Amino acid sequence: MIREIWPVLWDEWIVFKRSWFQITTSAIIGPILYIVAFGLGLGGGSSLQGVTYVKFLIPGIVALTTMNASYKAISTSLATGRIYNKTFEQFLIAPISMFSYCTGKAIAGSLRGFYAGMMVMGVAILFGVRLHVTPDFFLIMLLSGLTFACLGMFGAMVVKSHADMNRFGTFVMLPMTFLCGTFFSLDQLPFVLKEIIYLFPLTHISTMLRAIATYEAYTVGNLLTVGAYFIAFFLLALYRCYKVAA
Amino acid sequence: MIKTENLIRQFGKQKAVDGLNLHIPPGSAYALLGPNGAGKTTTLRLLSTLLAPTEGEIYVDGEKMQRASKAMKSRLGMVSQHFSLQRDMTPREVLKLHGYLHGMSRRDRKEQIERLIRFAGMEAEQKKLVSELSGGNKRKLMIVRAVMHRPDILFLDEPTVGLDASIRRSIWDLLKKLRYAGMTIVLTTHYIEEARVLCDRIGMMSQGKIVAEDTPEGFMSTLPAYVVEDYRDERTDYSYFPDRDSAANYIAGQNTTATVRRSNLEDAYILHTDTKGSKERLRA
Repeated sequence: MIREIWPVLWDEWIVFKRSWFQITTSAIIGPILYIVAFGLGLGGGSSLQGVTYVKFLIPGIVALTTMNASYKAISTSLATGRIYNKTFEQFLIAPISMFSYCTGKAIAGSLRGFYAGMMVMGVAILFGVRLHVTPDFFLIMLLSGLTFACLGMFGAMVVKSHADMNRFGTFVMLPMTFLCGTFFSLDQLPFVLKEIIYLFPLTHISTMLRAIATYEAYTVGNLLTVGAYFIAFFLLALYRCYKVAA
Repeated sequence: MIKTENLIRQFGKQKAVDGLNLHIPPGSAYALLGPNGAGKTTTLRLLSTLLAPTEGEIYVDGEKMQRASKAMKSRLGMVSQHFSLQRDMTPREVLKLHGYLHGMSRRDRKEQIERLIRFAGMEAEQKKLVSELSGGNKRKLMIVRAVMHRPDILFLDEPTVGLDASIRRSIWDLLKKLRYAGMTIVLTTHYIEEARVLCDRIGMMSQGKIVAEDTPEGFMSTLPAYVVEDYRDERTDYSYFPDRDSAANYIAGQNTTATVRRSNLEDAYILHTDTKGSKERLRA
């Protein structure tokens, strides 16, 4: 199986190697703006949940960046490869299983998300914010990457054009960007709205990363929820790959 | 030997391939000719495992084709009509990826890449990015990529479409080399000349079916030797005659600027695949 996953990873590595500068700058430009505008501007000097606002904000931005980077890395390359460049066909006629293909894409997306998340943590250090991180923190970043890479894979297998891919992003990713506790504490929201927002995976990822960064504890429920989303998105993506291949 | 039995592929209610029975001997080169929408590409996609048949079976050397069979996929190479190449890779990387996908050993992969780059005459382009290659070199790269894992059968969908005459001929030379090396080649084309030059058997397709099948010489032998092309009333009539004298006599009796020429494979193609009444214009 590793033999079958390796070419998928290598394909993504070449894309990364050739465009690392654009990938890196586009991964950090948004987070820098969020830190400056929200962390230092709007919330400058204030505190939330017992920490400065900027320290509250950065774990959320790490979660957000990991989500966006892994989702975009896979959805863009796969949608382009399937609809325009037809490079997806090379994998269809190759002697590798669809399961291996999807696993390779999920791992590649996860690593891209992880890379972008690490860049944000580097930027945070430049702004004088040091987060408390543990091995769990990195594992949650990787799990987050796996989850949203699979969502991106599913989206890329469903859409019929680039415009559809953008719409998919607008309807699925944009609400999560602003609602899932990345920029504010969910404790401020009415109970019903809070429960709805807890249905999104990013809420659990932000909650866990923030808990680790601020020496709090997160619940196993958060982890299991994200794990369940990962499995669900992976199976959906795999199903769609089989459908497209048929 | 590639054999299909009553192969059908339906898209909605439309039958793109309708009861196809093919027999392609090993080591031969077979062309599928036909107008747009005849079902050529769909046939090739079925044969190369890219599409599943709605009905019917495909056999390769007597073995029933299972689409998911990795052993079967290793025996096939496919060159699609589109430039389906990773734009950010160099030709060497494209071949390397293909080698990885087919589980080739490091040594074998390296040797094949060197050999195929030379084989395609792409030494000067091997380190350029695919996005910087000309259309002809992209097509050559797709062909050598498809044979990188040494398949027994190579499928090519319109291998020279959109290329100029001199590049088309260099691609033909590449395909001839593969053919003489013993590879079975199945291609679709709109270029009649391509089918004549490269293939020893031609299947003419129309509306999802093979409407005629023969060698290029066989098709020619069934055609009258001469054609009169007569343009009037905003259309050209084609009249066929067994010899030059009868064609000349026919022209002499007409008050037109008609011309006489020898019939060719294109006439056979039109006669077999045109559904718009060419046969009514046959005078011989």
